[in-house]
Amino acid sequence: MEHSTQTHAGSHGDHHHHHEELGFWKKYIFSTDHKIIGIQYGLTSLLFLLFGFFLMIVMRWQLAWPGQPIPVIGGVLEKLMGAPASGGVMSSDLYNMFGAMHGTIMVFLAIVPLAFAAFGNYVVPLQIGAPDMAFPRLNMASYWVFFLGGVVMFVSFFIPGGPAQAGWTSYSPLASIVPTDGQTYWLVGMVLLITSSLLGAVNFLATIIQLRAPGMTWMRLPFFVWAQFVTGFLLLLAFPPLEAAGLMQLMDKVAGTSFFLPTGLMVSGKPADIAGGGSPLLWQHLFWFLAHPEVYVLILPAMGIVAEVIANNIRKPIWGYKPLVYSALTIGFLSFIVWAHHMYLTGMGTAISTFFQTTTIIISIPSVIILTVFFISLWGGSIRFNTPMLFVLAFLVMFGIGGLTGLPLGFSYADLYLHDSYYVIAHFHYIVAPGTIFALFAGVYYWFPKMTGRMMSEFWGKIHFWTSLIFMNLIFQPMFAQGMAGMSRRMYDGAVNYSAATNPDSLGGLSDAMIYSNRTISIAAFCLMIAQIPFIINLFYSIKGGKKAANDNPWDATTLEWQTPTPPGHGNFDVVPTVYRGPYEYSVPGHARDFTPQNMPDAIATKKA
Amino acid sequence: MDIPYTTHPREDTGLYNAKVGIWLFLASEVMLFGALFSAYILLRVGAAPGTWPMHLLNVPLGTINTLVLIISSVTVVMAWASLKMNRFDRFKIYQTVTVLCALIFLVIKSFEYYDKFTHYQVTLADGTVLDGHVVTKDTNSITLHHVKEIKPQSATNTVAAPVAAGAAATAEQGGHAADGHADDHSHGERKIMFSELAKHESGRLKMSNFGPWHNTYMAIYFTLTGLHALHVIGGALVIAYLLGPGTKMWFSDPERFTNRIEVSGLFWHFVDLVWIFLFPVLYLL
Amino acid sequence: MADHSAHSPAAAASAHKAGAHGHGHGHHDVAKEVRKYLLVFGALIIGTILTVAVSYIELHPHWKNIAIGLVIALVKGGLVAAFFMHLIDEKKLVYGVLGATVFFFVGLMYITLWSMEPGSFIRLKQPAAAERTATQK
Repeated sequence: MEHSTQTHAGSHGDHHHHHEELGFWKKYIFSTDHKIIGIQYGLTSLLFLLFGFFLMIVMRWQLAWPGQPIPVIGGVLEKLMGAPASGGVMSSDLYNMFGAMHGTIMVFLAIVPLAFAAFGNYVVPLQIGAPDMAFPRLNMASYWVFFLGGVVMFVSFFIPGGPAQAGWTSYSPLASIVPTDGQTYWLVGMVLLITSSLLGAVNFLATIIQLRAPGMTWMRLPFFVWAQFVTGFLLLLAFPPLEAAGLMQLMDKVAGTSFFLPTGLMVSGKPADIAGGGSPLLWQHLFWFLAHPEVYVLILPAMGIVAEVIANNIRKPIWGYKPLVYSALTIGFLSFIVWAHHMYLTGMGTAISTFFQTTTIIISIPSVIILTVFFISLWGGSIRFNTPMLFVLAFLVMFGIGGLTGLPLGFSYADLYLHDSYYVIAHFHYIVAPGTIFALFAGVYYWFPKMTGRMMSEFWGKIHFWTSLIFMNLIFQPMFAQGMAGMSRRMYDGAVNYSAATNPDSLGGLSDAMIYSNRTISIAAFCLMIAQIPFIINLFYSIKGGKKAANDNPWDATTLEWQTPTPPGHGNFDVVPTVYRGPYEYSVPGHARDFTPQNMPDAIATKKA
Repeated sequence: MDIPYTTHPREDTGLYNAKVGIWLFLASEVMLFGALFSAYILLRVGAAPGTWPMHLLNVPLGTINTLVLIISSVTVVMAWASLKMNRFDRFKIYQTVTVLCALIFLVIKSFEYYDKFTHYQVTLADGTVLDGHVVTKDTNSITLHHVKEIKPQSATNTVAAPVAAGAAATAEQGGHAADGHADDHSHGERKIMFSELAKHESGRLKMSNFGPWHNTYMAIYFTLTGLHALHVIGGALVIAYLLGPGTKMWFSDPERFTNRIEVSGLFWHFVDLVWIFLFPVLYLL
Repeated sequence: MADHSAHSPAAAASAHKAGAHGHGHGHHDVAKEVRKYLLVFGALIIGTILTVAVSYIELHPHWKNIAIGLVIALVKGGLVAAFFMHLIDEKKLVYGVLGATVFFFVGLMYITLWSMEPGSFIRLKQPAAAERTATQK
């Protein structure tokens, strides 16, 4: 026994040695180190975030100036995409493609990987005092499967006929009867992305369950870890039904089956050449069974980041840690039984609508508790207004707006009117864009010193914050009005055809003010794009040129990730940390400093300097 | 750097990492197959009465495959028990049987698939349905053997119709048409000219083999069993690896190796478990 | 091979585990388990034969066949899960994970079906079905 253990340790040591010598490829590309994988996820998803943003910018041009050639890039688009962009003008097909891919890319390739995989990978093992993830090679595999999925999605832009164009929800039969191959690529890409998410979720959950450092009990976990834990469960149990649905739609597309295609389906006035007998509603059920929990996959990690940044910058404990944890668990549980509130208009019946309306309204309770906990925590704190904190404070308000405007959509009667209007767009973008993305920016500014040992510029950070905040609101606030005026979300001409000017004899046409808001929104969107330039430069410049962090713990934080060397080496901790206290012990009376790290024994904490 | 609890269980959970991992993974697998099962129920419940086919598949072959998977499940658990009892020799025998069982299963399954792809149903212009296995097929005719002939419902089914309105079971009985009112020309071959055939509204001939496109039953059959077969292949590859190059860990870290066998076994039992439901649902009921 | 395994460290390791944590399987425990496995094997074979046999007896209404088939499958699946996968004696954590999964699985199936057929879970009364086809035509 002794002997074999020694040989094992010996061979492992050799391996370790090799690992460091193997250089660039093993260290930065095919790495099994959770920190490198986290950064890989981060960079990839930031690129996709930019790409998804670019698609939207082009669409905004079309909405504001319908039919006008797109300036600057119109010619390039025509070269790349061919007929759909002929003359540099965005055709309705191209608009559909960009719309579908904007949603898909933003949700599945940008926000989720950034919030869950990138920050989760980098921060979770550090915060729980683990040397790495539970299954490092599986971790590498999930990144590369994700990458492959991204490649498939990206390549689909350049195939004949272009990418998927049936919306990010890919409702059948529409998605199945579009004659191009884009949808097939979309489905293959989705199956890869889902597989990657499943592997990632298994890894995260196993890591949090198994690798917590001695003394790190469940109620001592930083809230960020709790948020990732609940998110992991959502991905684990909600994604497989979409994978099944994706496989079935793929069969519909390539094997000629009729899972989602009903009997008697007519395509362009002719009977479709199918066996029939399928159910379009089944796709919607399976899709939303994932896609509603997915909303919480987008928002929970953001709330986790918010908790970390708030606690650190108010210099006092979070008020109500336990309600926070229980609310997150309740949200996770309830998010599985609210999905059909996306389907009030499918005619599935009043009884079931009432059921989903009830659960939908109930789920707003834990969300409000979480927000309330954060707001009350601010009370009486001595707040440091640095860049991460500014983004987090804005998150609280923006997420509040997004959440409250969701209530009318949760009631089936109000939803009859607002469904599929710009109101819905404004609602969920307030949750995700100035909500989640602001929290993610906060996370980038907050953890950057741990990843690189340098600070990002506070000045440019604040410029980035204020401009982003202003333009985000200028973009999404008018959309509430447009939606309530009745503007449908999928009009590729900016709803000019439904304006009062075009239809002088009809009642209820959209007023000039609503049509002109398209231009102000688009101009704000272009400005928002320009506002991201300081961030991009700041991010890359600061890696080498930023101000050096004062020490390993420049924010004077309590959680374990700040108690490691900077950047942490392979294996993270020099000695396995022992945890003595909860995550947010700031300004504890009788302690020498205003923060007491989780791994600091009482004897040292109370010793006067 | 060593990751803790790869071999020994953690005190508070009582489990080692891989076991936590595999159970989480199996939980997601339950949801994956669960969604397909719910699609199955939905398609069946939603099918027009009398159109859901029954006893279309080869029950003896399905039964043999069920027994093959049950045997493999026993050998997997026996292989693990052998390691626990320190009988590496028996472990190797048991796992060899497991891999063989997986191969037998796949071979039988591919015969069944082949059978369905050569099984044709054509509808003549007068509404008569002919059902048989293809002998030859060219540009203007198809030759079938073991042909069953089903006359149009209106002509032969005058007795059954009122029953269908009253008795609860008859809706499902349409699938039994092959037993009920079909003329079996089992051994004869029959050449059918395409010009004799009826056409769909879309203009396509009413002629189709029993591939996934045939109807929703064949669609869910191929999807479920295909996905299951992929799981069999994946599980067999892992077990074969742990029987081949993977065994060297037994000599360096036997406990961890035993854990690996347990974890791969858990996956294999799950694959068996899925089949235990697939078999009655697709073949029998 | 037997020679080698006699010197193998596994015995020491598993004995150590059994002693230290109290949930390892000693030789005798495993031998007892093996007897159980063989019994379960027998039960699974019988269950398979039974389910095939019953399927050839056409009961009226047909849902009785479905019910019997599913009950036998549930028993067989239960045996595999309980004994081969050791769920009968597993840690609380695993039960927790599976409990959550079963809950959401049932929710997915039930609510989906409920929304497809307003007012009834599975349509068992055929007259209703006949009416429906009549209206479709």
